[in-house]
Amino acid sequence: MEIVVIQVLNSLFYAAVLFLIAAGLSLIFGVMGIVNMAHGSFYALGAYVTAWSVAAAAGALPAALPPAALFILLPLGAIAVALIGLAIEPVLLRRFYQRPEEYQLLVTFGLLLVLEDAIRLVWGGTPRTASGLVDSLGLLQIGGMPYPVYNLAMIGVGIVAALGLWAFVYRTRFGVLLRATAQDRRMAAALGIDVGRIYSLAFGLGCFMAGLAGAIVVPSQAAILGMGVEVIVLSFVVVVIGGLGSLEGALVGALIVSALRTITIQFWEEIELAALYLIAAIVLLILPTGLFGKKA
Amino acid sequence: MSAPQAPSLVRRAAAAAAVLAALLVVPVVAGTYQTQLLTYGLTLAIAALGFNLLLGYSGLLSFGHSAFFGAGAYAVALMMRYLGVTSMELFILGGIAFSAVLAALFGVVCVRHTRIFFAILTLALSQVLWTLAYKFFWITGGTDGLRVPFSKLTLLGGLVGFPGADAFAKFITFYYYYVLAAFCVCVALMWLIVHSPFGKTLQAIRDNETRARFLGVRIWRYRWLAFLVSGIFTGVAGSLWVPLNGLTTPDVLYWPQSGKIVFFAVLGGFRNFTGPIVGAVIFNYLEVYAVAVTEYWQITLGVILIALVTFLPSGVVGSAARLGARLKRRREASA
Repeated sequence: MEIVVIQVLNSLFYAAVLFLIAAGLSLIFGVMGIVNMAHGSFYALGAYVTAWSVAAAAGALPAALPPAALFILLPLGAIAVALIGLAIEPVLLRRFYQRPEEYQLLVTFGLLLVLEDAIRLVWGGTPRTASGLVDSLGLLQIGGMPYPVYNLAMIGVGIVAALGLWAFVYRTRFGVLLRATAQDRRMAAALGIDVGRIYSLAFGLGCFMAGLAGAIVVPSQAAILGMGVEVIVLSFVVVVIGGLGSLEGALVGALIVSALRTITIQFWEEIELAALYLIAAIVLLILPTGLFGKKA
Repeated sequence: MSAPQAPSLVRRAAAAAAVLAALLVVPVVAGTYQTQLLTYGLTLAIAALGFNLLLGYSGLLSFGHSAFFGAGAYAVALMMRYLGVTSMELFILGGIAFSAVLAALFGVVCVRHTRIFFAILTLALSQVLWTLAYKFFWITGGTDGLRVPFSKLTLLGGLVGFPGADAFAKFITFYYYYVLAAFCVCVALMWLIVHSPFGKTLQAIRDNETRARFLGVRIWRYRWLAFLVSGIFTGVAGSLWVPLNGLTTPDVLYWPQSGKIVFFAVLGGFRNFTGPIVGAVIFNYLEVYAVAVTEYWQITLGVILIALVTFLPSGVVGSAARLGARLKRRREASA
C-alpha cells in the first residue's frame, strides 16, 4: 500500500515537471503558431543555471540564514531563462512567423544545437547537482518509508503554477490580449494590440515555465547533458495527447503521461518510452487535435 | 524570385558525366582517408535523396527518417550476427525489406496528416524504434551497439573479401566504387521517379491538394507510395553506411539523426534535385572538420543551419543556380 502512495506521489512530481514544460510549449504554439524544438533546451538551461547558482550561493551563505533560504534561487533560475528567451525571440524567430512551418522547425532545431553546446561550453560535461535543497527539507515517513518533503513541496509548486497560469490567461487583461492574438493575429493587430510585444512576452513566459521545470528538477536529479533533447520528445507526446495549443490539455496530458510512465516502469521497464510514443501516435491518428485541442 | 530556367537535358547529361568522371578518379588521386570521407558522403547523399522525395516533391517534412536509416543499418548488423550472412548484396536486400516493411507501416499512419502533425508523428514513431534498440540490449547490444567489421564482409556475391591486417586501404578503395555504383543507380532511379507521371502527381498534390483531389487523385495513396519509396532509399543508405562505420548504435535511430537528414536537404536546397545530394556531401565534410577543429561542433552546425534558413532558404545549390541565372541575364543585357 505504501508503495502505491509513493508511486502516486512520484508520478505527480513528474507530472508537475512535464506540465510546466508542455504548457510552455503549448502556449508558444497556441499564440505564435510555432513548434519550438529548442524548448527542452530551455528546460536544461533552467536546471544548469539553478544548480550553478545554488552551488555558488551555498558557499557564500551567511551562517545566520537557514539553508532553505536558497529556495529563492529556483524562481531566479526560471527568470534568467525567461530573459534569455526574451532576447532570442526578436533576433531569431520574428522573421519566421510568416514563413512555412518547415523553416520554423528548422530554425528552432538550429537553436537547439546551439543551446545544447552552449551549455556544454559553459558548464562542462560533469553532471551538476543541488541536492542540498532536498536535504534541507528533510524526510517524511509514509507508512514507515522515508519520502523527501521536497517532492511534496514541488507538487505544490506545480499546482500553484497551473492555477497561476490559468488565472493569468483567463482572468487578466494581458490574458485577454494573449488569447485575442492567438485567435486572430491580424484582427488583433487591427484593433491596436501590439502583436510583436505579445509574441515576445508569450515566448518569454513559455521559457520561464520551462526554466522553472528545470529549476525544480535539479535538486532531486542532476543536470546532465542531453536532458533537454530527451525531454522534448516526451513533451511533444504530452501536447499531442492533450491537444497542441491547449493549456488544459497540457495538464491532463502531463498527468496521463507520467501515470503511464510510472506504471510501465513498475511492471515492464523496457517498453516505457516505446509505449508512450505509440500512444501519442494512436491519439494523433484517432483524435488529431488531441483531447482538448480546437478543431482546425 | 522567378525560378532559373532549367538547362537542357543534353547539358545536364554532360554535367552529370563530368561529375561522374571526377568521382571515378578520386581513389586514384586522393588518399585512403579522403576516399573514406567521400564514401561516407555518398551514402548520406542516398539518404538525402530519399528524404527529399517527401520534403521537396511531396511537401511533407519528416522528422523521423532516422528510423529508416537505422532500420537499414540494424538489418545488416542483425543479419551478420544472427544469420551469419556476409554478402553485401544480401545485406542490401535485407535492408530494403526491413525498411520497406517499416515505411509501409509508418506510412499508413503518417500520411493521414500533413505539416506539423506529420513531423511529430514521424518523430514519435521513429523514437519507438530508438527505445526498442536501446532497451532490448540482449538483442541489439544496447548502447554498445552491434559491430559490423569490414573484414567479415564480402562484395559481389562473395568474389571480393578483405581478410588480413592491411586490408583496410583495399576495402576503402573497393567499397568506394561499390557505393558509387549504388549511388548512381539510386540517382538514376530517383530521377526517373520524380520525372514520371507519379512524381508529377506528387508535385501537383504538394502545390494544391484541393485541386489535385478535384482531379480525382487519390492523395493518400500517392503520399503513402512516396513515403514507402523514400523510406527504402534511406534504408539502403543505412545498409551501405554501416560497414563503413563498422558499428551501429541506437544513436542512428535517435531523433537528432533525423535532424541531420533534414539538414542535408536544407543545406543543399530541397526545391532542387541535386540540392540534397550536394548538401549531404558538404555536411559530411563540415561535420568531420568541425569535430576536428573544435569540441563544440554542434554550435558550429547550429549557427550554420540558422544562417541558412534565415538568409539562404533555397540552399547552396538553389542560390548558386539563381546567381548563375542572374549573371547570365546581365551578360545578355550588356551584349
